[in-house]
Amino acid sequence: MARKLPHKDVVVIGLGWTGSILANELTDAGLDVVAIERGPWRDTATDFLISYAQDELRYRIQHELFLRPSQMSVTFRNNSKETALPVRTWGAFMLGNGAGGAGVHWNAETWRFLPTDFTVRSHLTQRYGANFLPQDMTIQDWGITYDQLEPHYDEFEYLCGTSGQAGNLNGSIQAGGNPFEGPRSRPYPTPPMKQGYGHALFAQAAKELGYKPFPQPSGNLSQSYTNPLAVTLGQCTYCGFCEWFGCANYSKATPQTTVLPVLLRKPNFEARTECEVMRINLDSTGKRATGVTYVDTSGEEFEQPADLVLLCAFSLFNVQLLLLSGIGKAYDPTTGQGQIGRNFTHQTVSSAIGFFDKDKYNFNPFIAAGAIGTCIDEFNGDNFDHGPAGFVGGGYIGEVQTNGRPIESTPVPPGTPAWGSKWKQALRDNYLSTIVGGSCHGSMCSYRDVYLDLDPTYKDRFGRPLMRITIDFHDNELKMSAFLTDKYAEILQKMGAKQIVKKPRKGPYDVTQYQTSHLNGGAIMGTDPGNSALNMYLQSWDVPNLFVQGASAFPQNAGYNPTGTVGALALWSAHAIRSQYLKNPGPLVHA
Amino acid sequence: MSQLNRRQLLASSAIVILLGSPAARAAIIRGGLPWKPGAADPPTLVTPNGWHFFTPQETATVEAFVDRLIPADDLSPGGKDCGCAVYIDRQLAGPYGRFDGYYMSGPFQKGTKQQGPQSPVTPARHYRKALAAFDKACSDKFGGKVFTALSDAQRDEAIKGLEDGSLKLDGTDSKEFFKLVLKDTQNGFLADPIYGGNRNMASWKMIGFPGTHYDYRGWVDRHNQRVTLPTISIAEHPNWSG
Repeated sequence: MARKLPHKDVVVIGLGWTGSILANELTDAGLDVVAIERGPWRDTATDFLISYAQDELRYRIQHELFLRPSQMSVTFRNNSKETALPVRTWGAFMLGNGAGGAGVHWNAETWRFLPTDFTVRSHLTQRYGANFLPQDMTIQDWGITYDQLEPHYDEFEYLCGTSGQAGNLNGSIQAGGNPFEGPRSRPYPTPPMKQGYGHALFAQAAKELGYKPFPQPSGNLSQSYTNPLAVTLGQCTYCGFCEWFGCANYSKATPQTTVLPVLLRKPNFEARTECEVMRINLDSTGKRATGVTYVDTSGEEFEQPADLVLLCAFSLFNVQLLLLSGIGKAYDPTTGQGQIGRNFTHQTVSSAIGFFDKDKYNFNPFIAAGAIGTCIDEFNGDNFDHGPAGFVGGGYIGEVQTNGRPIESTPVPPGTPAWGSKWKQALRDNYLSTIVGGSCHGSMCSYRDVYLDLDPTYKDRFGRPLMRITIDFHDNELKMSAFLTDKYAEILQKMGAKQIVKKPRKGPYDVTQYQTSHLNGGAIMGTDPGNSALNMYLQSWDVPNLFVQGASAFPQNAGYNPTGTVGALALWSAHAIRSQYLKNPGPLVHA
Repeated sequence: MSQLNRRQLLASSAIVILLGSPAARAAIIRGGLPWKPGAADPPTLVTPNGWHFFTPQETATVEAFVDRLIPADDLSPGGKDCGCAVYIDRQLAGPYGRFDGYYMSGPFQKGTKQQGPQSPVTPARHYRKALAAFDKACSDKFGGKVFTALSDAQRDEAIKGLEDGSLKLDGTDSKEFFKLVLKDTQNGFLADPIYGGNRNMASWKMIGFPGTHYDYRGWVDRHNQRVTLPTISIAEHPNWSG
């Protein structure tokens, strides 16, 4: 029997980016907020030290900061005819854990999606005709426009201090920025990062090929910056231990370096760490959440009553908690009915390795940062004519080498023996003169047969079913990946590479091959309960005092990293809760 | 009040441990950021004295094995002198050897390649079983000589037999075992020396990685120039307090 705790106004499940942002906004509104976090407390001074943060084995290879599969994993299969098996150690994606969530270990590539990404089905249908999209492709409009979200993209970037070069200021195209981006109301808060040799060569080659290269928008800051909450971040030192690592230097935008120092000082906020939410509780009507039940590390169960429940876990676990709590209708791929679990997507990332003459080129790959890089956006979204291409979607292409860590980033040319003196010689000959960090950050459309549901066999440590992922690549994505990879290889050629190894994404989807940790969908936003789990404010259609944050709301994935959009949506949702919901609790959109 | 005392006070008000038991770590955090600089666990420096996992026979085999995977030559000392066997020994005696953190609930069943490893056999058990089988396989192939009794050329032949699967091991897959030893050896060779391998930062000096510097602001836009900073590891870091 759970011990019932005193009532709170708001309970937040998960203290990552969205949980921190929402808790900060709602404590500002005067509400009493408690956050329940599955993982440990983490802060820079305690956990990320300049004396030992740069440890590749511990953090990159052995996954120190991540959720342990023994605590919670998922199962995976390529299609519904197969038996899903558990992911026993992470491969294709890495899931965050603890205060700050995945916002601790991310690279901080802080992109906005394109205006047409939000209206993708209407846009593509209008431009190419109704028969252009494959029958089983279930992409749809978001129910929100870029213009509605723009003030909140801006707000998130100013919270983070994002470093970049504007490409479109209020409709006026700016030299040196991304000319394809949607109009932004202000420049980035800080100038772009300095770029290394490889990035500079990429920029030059891209220009020669007629493209418009620009520095990647980065949450590793080019200079120190004090955000609107009066929290100060430091200048990035280009140490090359960023993604998978905590930043010891306060120079990566994370909940720890932007929001938590302010949030934690408020008397009306409290975080409970190493406490795992079991379910969201509903009243007898099933249409109102009464709070959550969670378990602490002693195994004791607590019931935390609250008026408002904010589901702010990682996307997969948002969907899992909805299904375990009986909220909404589980998706059925045979009928296409039910919203919870539908339109799950990942990313379609590919690359090419460029080997250069070691006597002429020294890239110093270890001088790097998570979001350093130079990119082009000519082949993203619908920035080019897809008519002759035979696919939809795209991605940014960039030289975005994030590290020169010796275990991860020591490529050797094909045909090199895997061991012995020849292997050593190849390591030595290529380490400084190879560009391994080329990225084609491809989108992934949603499909009828790619979805999430509860696994019938495998359970977590409490006996709850694991989330089951059913996913494979479709021809559309594989064609797109080959196309983007060829375009990147042409740039590498122009840069002067002596040997290029193309690595387009190939099927079948493999859960051991790392791509990104951008898992999306399963509880998507939309215009009515027939096409979505959430309304445009991320409010549950079924349970109006429940808001579900994060990338689980994405109806499909765009050709960018998701965190900028996740942050903007969280601020948009927070604004709606403060300005509308609190005055008149109930559905913000009437179905 | 001194700065330190103020910080200690902040720390004491910021974290309230929910339960007295040392194993219970659930906490309530409120009233400010906890401030306990460096209180989380720094890594423990591995020292090469004795063996924590391998038997003397296994030690000899593994030292000989890593010395062929990473032979001594003009570029670096061999795998044994770089400490790769010490690295593997300590890894197998620790969390890595036990699959700590892995999802280990059954049923265990073979899936497709893209579903990833599904074996319940931990690295520690894998090494124990496969090393014994390896000696037996060598003995059968090379007239009663175990791996350590072979010449360098014969050792390379035996290792190639594992790599291509032609040298069969009793009760375990030789290619899988080869991949495991290769990965562990190369990780030890390339990881920070605090873990027992990469002694004197041999691999880092070999490839030109300057190590665990934390500040390249002065170098980032010096394009195409070789960085001349001395190579350092975590243990040699000026702020090291492990």
